[in-house]
Amino acid sequence: MTAVTLTETGPGRRGDSFLSVQDLHVSFSTEDGTVKAVDGLSFEVEKGTTLGIVGESGSGKSVTNLAILGLHNTEHAEIGGEIWFEDQELVGASRTTLERLRGNQIAMIFQDPLTALSPFHTVGRQIGEVYRKHKGASKREARDRAIEMLDRVGIPNARVRVDDYPHHFSGGMRQRVMIAMALVCDPSLVIADEPTTALDVTVQAQILDLLKDLQDQMGTSIILITHDLGVVAQAAHNVLVMYAGRAVERGTVREVLGAPRHPYTWGLLSSAPRLGSSVDVPLKPVRGTPPSLLNPPSGCRFHPRCDYLKQVGPDLCSTEQPELSPETGHADACYLTLKQKQEIYTELMEGR
Amino acid sequence: MLRFLTRRSLGAAFILLIVAAVTFFLFFAVPGDPARLACGKVCPPETLAQARHNLGLDQPIFVQFVEWFFGIFAGREYEGLGHCPAPCLGYSFVNREPVFSTIVDRLPVTISLTIGSAIIFLIFGVGTGIIAALKQGKPLDKIASISSLIGASVQIYFIGTLAMYFLVFQWQVIERPRYVPITEDPIGWAYGLMLPWVVLAIIFTANYTRMTRSTMVEQLGEDYVRTARAKGMSARTVVLRFALRGTLTPIATIFGIDLAGLIGGAIITETTFSLQGIGRLSIQSVNNSDLPMLMATVLLAAAAIVVLNVIVDALYAVIDPRVRLS
Amino acid sequence: MEPLLELKGLTKYFPVTGGFIIKRQVGNVHAVDGVDIKVGEGETVGLVGESGCGKSTLGRLAARLYEPTFGKVLYRGQDISHASRRALKPIRPEIQMIFQDPYSSLNPRQTVGTIIRGPMEINGINPHGGHEKRVRELLETVGLNPEHYNRFPHEFSGGQRQRIGIARALALNPKLIIADEPVSALDVSIQAQVVNLLQELQRDLGIAFLFIAHDLAVVRHFSQRVAVMYLGKVVEVGDRESIYERPRHPYTHALLSAVPEATVDDEPRQRIRLAGDVPSPINPPTGCRFRTRCWKAQDRCAEEVPPLIQVAGNREGHLTACHFPEAPTTHGEDVVLDPALA
Repeated sequence: MTAVTLTETGPGRRGDSFLSVQDLHVSFSTEDGTVKAVDGLSFEVEKGTTLGIVGESGSGKSVTNLAILGLHNTEHAEIGGEIWFEDQELVGASRTTLERLRGNQIAMIFQDPLTALSPFHTVGRQIGEVYRKHKGASKREARDRAIEMLDRVGIPNARVRVDDYPHHFSGGMRQRVMIAMALVCDPSLVIADEPTTALDVTVQAQILDLLKDLQDQMGTSIILITHDLGVVAQAAHNVLVMYAGRAVERGTVREVLGAPRHPYTWGLLSSAPRLGSSVDVPLKPVRGTPPSLLNPPSGCRFHPRCDYLKQVGPDLCSTEQPELSPETGHADACYLTLKQKQEIYTELMEGR
Repeated sequence: MLRFLTRRSLGAAFILLIVAAVTFFLFFAVPGDPARLACGKVCPPETLAQARHNLGLDQPIFVQFVEWFFGIFAGREYEGLGHCPAPCLGYSFVNREPVFSTIVDRLPVTISLTIGSAIIFLIFGVGTGIIAALKQGKPLDKIASISSLIGASVQIYFIGTLAMYFLVFQWQVIERPRYVPITEDPIGWAYGLMLPWVVLAIIFTANYTRMTRSTMVEQLGEDYVRTARAKGMSARTVVLRFALRGTLTPIATIFGIDLAGLIGGAIITETTFSLQGIGRLSIQSVNNSDLPMLMATVLLAAAAIVVLNVIVDALYAVIDPRVRLS
Repeated sequence: MEPLLELKGLTKYFPVTGGFIIKRQVGNVHAVDGVDIKVGEGETVGLVGESGCGKSTLGRLAARLYEPTFGKVLYRGQDISHASRRALKPIRPEIQMIFQDPYSSLNPRQTVGTIIRGPMEINGINPHGGHEKRVRELLETVGLNPEHYNRFPHEFSGGQRQRIGIARALALNPKLIIADEPVSALDVSIQAQVVNLLQELQRDLGIAFLFIAHDLAVVRHFSQRVAVMYLGKVVEVGDRESIYERPRHPYTHALLSAVPEATVDDEPRQRIRLAGDVPSPINPPTGCRFRTRCWKAQDRCAEEVPPLIQVAGNREGHLTACHFPEAPTTHGEDVVLDPALA
């Protein structure tokens, strides 16, 4: 593990945001070499808002969030950079510090509630034990709290169902149990890793609404990890688009979905058909395949799949790694000029 | 659960009946005359005929089987030998005693041997397995895998004989194994059986270490174990309450099989250490063509397997609520 | 004109057994229950629905990988519902399948060449120029490098593996391809590549498709006609425009309104939030199966199974199974049934 100096305030730390990730690096040593899963990622989450992190498999979005909770096996994973949560630095924080945070101030919701809930314990016990551990509640209090939470996430007959096992619930209800478990200690940050990917669309809509509702009531901040820009449009305030371990675009949902600036974001938007799009023209996929993180491309990691290298000029994209700029607001990591980006995007959208 | 147990018990009884019938008819399919053995060295034809009649061997095989079967519940009268009270598993051709009383005599030895070694190999096997899983790839894990490989490849007659030769005869660090009933002298009981326990445990531990390690490694990678960590559960709780729970099912499976095998008779172990248990009894009865005795030992072994299977199946449901007993 | 494939009252029950030693049937999973669908020559028919609605079972029935419990599968007018292995032999090559998971549907121990050649060898087809030449052609058709003939599936990415699966399906010059969630395991940017490929093949080779997917937008993009399934039954079927622009069944409305769209339109869409999940297919609700989650349900819905008919206001060929159909529009009132959101 990289040695991390615990300074009072990190170099890039900002006062207002309560989660701030600065220049995060996560790499795993494998038999084939070092996989750089996350490579110099910075972002912030503001209080009471939802940040949607979008990317495909291998973009490093899940790895980042496991790093926030220190859930990587430190023997295989090397983590560098800083993660500030309120006034604590989490990279290199002690095990007990992290254990006290997990489930208490930062909670996680996983993709597949069937495998993510223990099949051996009742849902009441699984929810209650978090409350007991962090709030020092008695068995009785924990059970009452579990019933209250189940009720709150819309599970009918909570008083009876509290003694059921996860396999007694349907997929959507299980995800509600997972949410109840995540919110039982009133965490200030919830990390939801593809919380609706395993669910049907009608159930997905219920779950997204529920998360939003609970956020309004409790003022929780949410990091919503997804591969679906539609989910982001529906449930997030801000968006971070990731590609091959780096951030390529950042901004509010309106900025990024309304006037996207990075060719990869364009690709994501134009490759998925919409309910209102024209059916006679072929979809516009991103050509090629995602890069191997063992040997990431030089320069901009997206350049082997990008159609706009010529507009930038000779070799810049394949040699120099673009940084996310500007520092605040709607930002992207691409060498095209703002004018070029606007023109290309307008042209792209005309055929739809 | 009750319905499950009733149904399974009925099934178990049915299986035992089939095992008994097969053993019975197989015995008569092989050459040899048990009556001659029962009759003694000098055996005039009329005594032989008498012996045959007394033991019921002059009846058709099928009738013999039916009589034997009902004897279990009702007891039997043997002409010239006396009454054999229920449960009567027959009269031994050789030692002229009801089979059941011999079994009752020998069973405690085998049970003691089984329980003692089972406790040792279960604790050590599962314990080392957990540690090896947690220290994957570390020296401790490697030591555990190498020693379990060695343990798995040695045989009881090899390691048992070595232990007897060196520990008992050469260096005399421990006395020759013997059986003292636990009711008479608990310390003597444990001391007398210590050597066979340890030797048996060495053989069996390896299996449990490997099984526990591999299942544990698998369980530690499960999503729900990650969830438990993400909830802030301590490392200890995560391992003992979550990951271990998923490891118990395969352990229960092999433990049931091993236990049944040992109760059915640790033939080689008992022979190596000269203990008069069920294992030796079964070997002796084969050598003596002692049908009733042989039937009893075979049935005991089968019953151990069947009963432990039902127990293991019931345990599955206790360990994993997803297993529904119906 | 005679349809290529016709499913008539197609029904598949999977027995649920219990009991010890003697297994007895204690119930049925009503996976598919009385479905009528036609697929014309060269036509693309989409099949949408949520998990457990029976769409995959229906696909397998149509390919005669399963034998129907009741009802008929007609291929070019020939009843193959209970046809023997031998009788199916000449038909098998004409109906091919593409599966969802490109990782588990290819044998990891076989080279790409062997995988694609397999169907030709089994069916005793000797193409002009030999098997290898044909395989190389097929690899090129699906956009893979013909030089990769001797590679193994694990050397390819998910999207490329799905291309191998498509090449295998094409090897026998099929007339009908049943594609069961062919893109749902792929990353978004790759999905579009595969959808485009399938569409090209469909146009160039005139292959008919039964396209099964849960993603409504993908189905809309690919299919000329669309059937919506719920709990083993087709609740609505029609041409693309009727289903997506003029849906009548409440469930179709709910599905469409639940699709998250990656837009920031200011005009809010109709919002329907159903309560709960799809009921168990072992004991489906009486009457209309959607009634337990429907905001329009009345007593009649529990008593009478609504027939799949052209209800008043529907265009030719647009059939809806509902006693109280919605107005033919995608703009309706918000409906929120979920107790946690009320």
